[in-house]
Amino acid sequence: MKIEVHGLNAWFKANHALRNVSLSVPENTVLAIIGPSGCGKSTFVRCINRMHELVPGARQSGKVLVDGQDLHARRVDPVDLRRRVGMVFQRPNPFPTMSIFDNVVSGLKLNGIGGDYPKLAEKSLREAALWDEVKDRLQHSALSLSGGQQQRLCIARALAIEPEVLLMDEPASALDPIATAKIEELIRELRESLTIVIVTHNMQQAARVSDATAFFYMGELIEHGPTEKIFTNPRETRTEDYVTGKFG
Amino acid sequence: MSLRRFTNGFMTALCALALLVALVPLVSLLWLVVSHGVKGLSLDFFTAIPAPVGETGGGVANAIAGTLYIVGIACAFGVPLGVGAGVYLAERGDSPLGDAIRFTAEVLSGVPSIVVGIVAYALVVLPMRRFSALAGGAALAVLMVPTLARSTEELVRLVPRSLREASLALGVPEWRTSLRVVLRTALGGIMTAILLAVARAAGETAPLLFTSLNNQYWNWRVDQPTASLTVQIFNYAVSPYQDWHDKAWSAALVLLLLVGTLSLAGRLLSRSRVR
Repeated sequence: MKIEVHGLNAWFKANHALRNVSLSVPENTVLAIIGPSGCGKSTFVRCINRMHELVPGARQSGKVLVDGQDLHARRVDPVDLRRRVGMVFQRPNPFPTMSIFDNVVSGLKLNGIGGDYPKLAEKSLREAALWDEVKDRLQHSALSLSGGQQQRLCIARALAIEPEVLLMDEPASALDPIATAKIEELIRELRESLTIVIVTHNMQQAARVSDATAFFYMGELIEHGPTEKIFTNPRETRTEDYVTGKFG
Repeated sequence: MSLRRFTNGFMTALCALALLVALVPLVSLLWLVVSHGVKGLSLDFFTAIPAPVGETGGGVANAIAGTLYIVGIACAFGVPLGVGAGVYLAERGDSPLGDAIRFTAEVLSGVPSIVVGIVAYALVVLPMRRFSALAGGAALAVLMVPTLARSTEELVRLVPRSLREASLALGVPEWRTSLRVVLRTALGGIMTAILLAVARAAGETAPLLFTSLNNQYWNWRVDQPTASLTVQIFNYAVSPYQDWHDKAWSAALVLLLLVGTLSLAGRLLSRSRVR
């Protein structure tokens, strides 16, 4: 198992955002996390790269293991962890002061990691299916790109540090259908080399891209299983009501 | 015509009148300085040092250079301190220490500049036993720090949280995220704040009167009295000589241009950033 979560609880001050969640993700698979707003989806993925603890008043208990290693063991540095577990956010957030090229290699530059930047940038941009659109204007500002391109740039930026796991927090929710389709195609390709956890509001998207799906409701993991089963023959009525659009 | 429309027009007219009245001192100030000052401007005025009493000619080149020199010293101390404090306040300021710093900055920015001058006199001039550019720079730095800290804090807080998160998620340590992503993004605005602080400092007289004092000659040593435009204007203006009065007007015009250019540059910079 690439990622294992045992009895994870998370709080924001008094708000108990995640309740006793346990699940695991095999290597080179895509896990989709679905559920209504405020159900703890984002909090869950942010516990996997320890971004949760950066929010003032945030707390957690339970175990998260990546490659069998407990993330909260004392010798694990969150900074090192985040280089292995990349993240893509809901809204594209390229660095506005940097060029397209600098954005892609920013994870290396800012961390003082050397290397053949032009080659790495091309590789990452190709993986993010953006290379052909930007190869002639790598020195332009990242803000000159469209929203969908910016999001793929952020994916390229995350890929450039060669993570083993990629967390995606509603990566297509701010994008139009064509850009969304491109991101989804990308996720299917990236699965060859990465383990992906994607949060989504869009159930068709979860069905299209994921191997397994987890349904969260009110901070609890209601059901977790193969995507096909969750969408066609769920065990829980709450899951069925949600995936058929009765609430949420 | 209804009463409402009459009241509306009447109040608008009153506001316009108030604006005109407020503009009178500003316009007359500009007019007076330009009309009195412009005839004394010559190449000599910008390149020569003051002529001895009784001789005509001479300029304020050493005072122009001195002002830039002292302000430069003030920036060397004040900019890192002010910007650093501002970044701290924005990133870690929600703590008792942050509140204490913020309160201190607020009090400090309300202290009259002459008091800052006296303090610099006691803390720098007396121990060194001499008036110096260093003392003047220190006094101006104290004036720059609080405003710079507060405006840096505001500007750093404007940087979206998502950018910090993007950097942290790439495994960049927090301190490097603050410096190379957050501060870098706010840099345009901070440059504007620095320029405005410099413009304000360059126009100060009181803190320099008994710190950098004055000098009739060129000086580039930090431990020597140094001429400045503002103190030179003051000395010329209170002198009994008509020639020196004219020089005071011309020097005032030069100072006005210098400060005006800096402020304008600051505002243009901030405007180009918004686009």
